[in-house]
Amino acid sequence: MTRSRTNLAVGFFVALGMAAVVFMALKVGNLASFDNGAGYRLEARFDNIGGLKVRAPVKSAGVVVGRIEAIFLDGETYEGVVQLRIRPEFRFTSDTIAAILTSGLLGEQYLSLEAGGDPRYLIEGDRITKTQSAMVLEKMIGQFLYSKASESSGDRK
Amino acid sequence: MNRFLDFIEGLGAGITGKLDRLGRGAMFFAALLRILLPTFKRFHENIRQVYFAGVRSLAIIVVSGLFVGMVLAIQGYEVLQRFGSAESLGSLVALSLVRELGPVVAALLFAGRAGSAVTAEIGLMAATEQLAAMDLMAVDPMARVVAPRFVAAIISLPILALIFSSAGIIGAYLVGVELIGIDAGAFWSQMQSSVDFKLDILNGLYKAIVFGVAVGLISVYEGYHANPTAEGVSSATTRTVVISSLSVLILDFVMTVLMFRGLN
Repeated sequence: MTRSRTNLAVGFFVALGMAAVVFMALKVGNLASFDNGAGYRLEARFDNIGGLKVRAPVKSAGVVVGRIEAIFLDGETYEGVVQLRIRPEFRFTSDTIAAILTSGLLGEQYLSLEAGGDPRYLIEGDRITKTQSAMVLEKMIGQFLYSKASESSGDRK
Repeated sequence: MNRFLDFIEGLGAGITGKLDRLGRGAMFFAALLRILLPTFKRFHENIRQVYFAGVRSLAIIVVSGLFVGMVLAIQGYEVLQRFGSAESLGSLVALSLVRELGPVVAALLFAGRAGSAVTAEIGLMAATEQLAAMDLMAVDPMARVVAPRFVAAIISLPILALIFSSAGIIGAYLVGVELIGIDAGAFWSQMQSSVDFKLDILNGLYKAIVFGVAVGLISVYEGYHANPTAEGVSSATTRTVVISSLSVLILDFVMTVLMFRGLN
């Protein structure tokens, strides 16, 4: 019967489309690895955030524990404010150090969290007070040249 | 002076003609939308048209997707390995396929494979006065013939675009990992860390739905308004492919600007 064969083919077609959605969501996209909205939000302030971007990973000991949700400038203190969402199963002490690091020499920048020994834990809305700004390559080269120059002028004396 | 006036008149006639066609198209679209919901009661006809438009396009979509993915992998690898970041091949291929190539190339192929067939079919029905006969029997040809084909395009194209992107990523995997020898773990994890479900995959799907509406509308409109001659049907078929392709590319540009501008 032609009609049932048509239905069969269309059913197969739609099933293939669904399989493609599942493939996209689980294998290609990051739906399984990170669920939006779950977890608690923290805030950290930096003098310079470098090239950090929204949705960049937050890592602790190299393991992804959350994502950057928002980045904006505090208009009064001129600090870069970074809001991050940490997955609920990870807890960090209130003396945790947040640092902006680069994966590899030219890789993307991420936020690194290093837990301390404080008995209290950070909760929703807390601010990480100990922060370390991003390295800016131009500043580092400038400092290096400056120290080299003062070194060689010291040699001459 | 007279020739100048002739030129101006010709220009005006050309523009009013174009505007006239645009207005007819918009009215046709409005009439189509009015009868769209009742057509879902005749579900079998919709399924039959999804079969003709979607299932029969599956082979060309899968094969093209595979080859586009494989070529992307080869060319992407050439450039990326110069910067020592061949592992990023996965994210390059996935992002270009999911955001742009999947919906656009699938829509172009769909216009050539299914849109032209719909135009020719409806045009020939009009030429052989089948539509007029339906009208005489108090059967609305818009609801019976035109709407199911339009609905089928909107249903089929997003599915085809998803299948195209998946096939392309599998093709890139075959060339990049199996042939060139990029690490499989790096290939998939780089891809997963850069492709966002909402931002990339869903936006690609929205694009495909809009393209489905555009290609479907143009195909049925050109068929319905084709001159009832052999020549008229053939020129309507050509117009379907040309106008569909152009509108898909222009719409894609507009949507890309709206969706991905100011992303970083």
